Amino acid sequence: MELNQYQKELFERQRPVIETYGKKTWGWTIFFLVWILIGGYALYLQVVDGHAVTGMRDNVVWGLYIANFIFFIGISYAGAVISGLLHILDVEWRKPIIRIAEMITVIATIIGPIYILLCVGRLDRLHHLFIYPRLQSPIVWDVMAISTYFTGSVIFLYLALIKDFAIYRDMKLNIPKWKQKLYTILAIGYRGTPSQKRHIKVSTNLMAIMIIPLAIIVHSVLSWIFGMTLRPGWHSSIFGPYFVLAAIYSGTGVLICAMWVYRRMYKLHSLLTDQHFIYLGYIMMVLGAGYGYFTFSEYLTAWFGSAKWDNEVVSKLFTLSEYGWWFLFANVMGIIVPVAVVAIPATRKPGLITIASFFMVFALWVKRYLIIVPTLETPLLPMQDTRLEYVQYSATWVEWALTFAGIATFFLLFTLLSKFITIIPISEFGDKEQKKVAATEPAK
Amino acid sequence: MKQQEEDINENSRRGFLKTAAVATVAATACGSLACSCSSSKNEAPVGQKVKLLSPDGEIVEIDSAYLNHQEHMAIVSKLEAREGMAGKKFVMVVDLSRCKNARKCVAACQKWHYRPEETEWLTVKLMQDSEKSAPYWFPKQCFHCDNPPCVKVCPVDATFKRQDGLVLIDNERCIGCKFCMAACPYSTRVFNWAEPSLSPAIAELQYSPETGIPAKIGTVEKCDFCPDRSREGLLPPCVEACPNGVFYFGDENEDTVSNGDETVSFSQLIKDRAAYRFQEELGTKPRVYYLPPKDRQFPVERGYEDLSDKLKARFKDAIEGKGHAE
Repeated sequence: MELNQYQKELFERQRPVIETYGKKTWGWTIFFLVWILIGGYALYLQVVDGHAVTGMRDNVVWGLYIANFIFFIGISYAGAVISGLLHILDVEWRKPIIRIAEMITVIATIIGPIYILLCVGRLDRLHHLFIYPRLQSPIVWDVMAISTYFTGSVIFLYLALIKDFAIYRDMKLNIPKWKQKLYTILAIGYRGTPSQKRHIKVSTNLMAIMIIPLAIIVHSVLSWIFGMTLRPGWHSSIFGPYFVLAAIYSGTGVLICAMWVYRRMYKLHSLLTDQHFIYLGYIMMVLGAGYGYFTFSEYLTAWFGSAKWDNEVVSKLFTLSEYGWWFLFANVMGIIVPVAVVAIPATRKPGLITIASFFMVFALWVKRYLIIVPTLETPLLPMQDTRLEYVQYSATWVEWALTFAGIATFFLLFTLLSKFITIIPISEFGDKEQKKVAATEPAK
Repeated sequence: MKQQEEDINENSRRGFLKTAAVATVAATACGSLACSCSSSKNEAPVGQKVKLLSPDGEIVEIDSAYLNHQEHMAIVSKLEAREGMAGKKFVMVVDLSRCKNARKCVAACQKWHYRPEETEWLTVKLMQDSEKSAPYWFPKQCFHCDNPPCVKVCPVDATFKRQDGLVLIDNERCIGCKFCMAACPYSTRVFNWAEPSLSPAIAELQYSPETGIPAKIGTVEKCDFCPDRSREGLLPPCVEACPNGVFYFGDENEDTVSNGDETVSFSQLIKDRAAYRFQEELGTKPRVYYLPPKDRQFPVERGYEDLSDKLKARFKDAIEGKGHAE
């Protein structure tokens, strides 16, 4: 693979990252592994003692796990929609960020479904989903949608990687043999012939187009797990688009945070520029406004109509002594602050946008919790149960341990992957950048 | 004959079960097997003869002392348990004007199904529809809806609707996703959060969706309208146990329901007493009808006078007038 000057320089800057696994990286790896091990112990307890070790009971049958599931599938939209859409629109500034976005997608799509499995009482019978599937069930739709989506996002990421693998293969990296071999295999003989180039281009375009409807289907189906029931706060026709929008929104937030971390960690200020934060900030602002509109519309309808059952859930969310503070937090940090930070020119700075994104992502996690738990705590018939854990959900350490283990797995996979592939794609940059290079970075 | 008698006596439980279905019909000396049961094999003959149909198709007469009665008989195949009884449409009518929360139904149900305390398939709620309306006791089994939201969402067909109207669960197929529990608007279903504590004899019973026994960890279960008892011509234990005749159970196709004391026309009963179904507007089409709590036999207070403190605590909010929806 022949590289132009710009590409060479780009590669040389990232060479140490994929060649070495430094002390710091080892430190983080061990840190994440410890969390995962704690989660593993929690999982062991859950398998041996049953779900009694969780806070879930007959009324609140779902809790943290399902919130995490929606959350992770949500952030996976970073790559699917942001990267897919920007690819289709052929936006020039997307190039340095698409790799990060697609990595988020693939990793989050691996972790998300694990939480569904954690919620299943009989893991030993999972094969029943394939031998006795019932197409009427939204869970079966989910299994099909997510597996298709996962395959799609892996292909999308891989297509963009083939050229890079060819570069790693040919650059005589100072790496172990197995890694060199792996690059060779993964590059599947790519030499940059016109025919190979054309095939990759066509396939990438196709995948970029396909990944968008796929992503929309995944979160719609996911929302229908709730929307198809007769529960207050769930049985809402807005749920499909509401979930999809929230997902893209949180995905953008995670992408901004990841950009900030990588920019700092690898000193990539010239590639991940302030402009990137501002552009993604704009996207986040528009999505945030849309998400805010959906939220407003959803709760206004329930509150204004105030049908008995709906009203009970809404009043729990509006009462400060119940879920009021969390509901307020979810909406202030999840809608008002991120939109305002980007809208006001004085605060439209990478640092502030990143902080706003971080809290927004957290607020959206809280929002998922608020979608699940208050509704389940509001059954149609009075509970009249003296067992407190049956009346009110409170997550146990097992659930928290597995939640943090999931987050640790996310970071660990990210660390491992970024030691294997360059987080700024090399091959994306062609001659266009070559010409610009002198103008933009004269000091280098 | 003597030899045959011993053969039957020595038969394994499984072998016995084969004959049991016919036996219930053929049993002449006694109305049902339930009253001729004897667990000890070495018991002396009591002289009460029971006619049974042997697996070979012969009618044999044995002493009832030799009958090793099984309370929960998985007397039908899994397939039959899924299809249900042809020509039947089970229905229940609950007379709210007679209920005083005596809780005999709950106790009978718990006992019959070996349920641990507090994990109830049948619950009695103290309802108050609005601030000014009168509170009343509301026993609630599974409604066995004709448009069951739980069945719709099951990803593996572990919960199913039968031709006789029952909604049952196959806990050997259930994966424990709890979607049915989230989907049921009536909080009917319960989950085995931990390993159920069952005596070895119960844990070894052959499982059938019709008996729901033994319970299994990580699976969902609920009131099943006791089809195993229907097959024996018996009423569900809750119906039999109620001292006030609150529950009428029967067959909509035959248009008869019985509370154990009286057998009445189902259509006449629901017409005369203006029966309603709980939350009709949800469109689930329950198979349980309620007779409104009019001209009540007991003041509602009677229901919590004799309760233990633990049970009283359940209804505390309702008693203090906080139970109704705002």
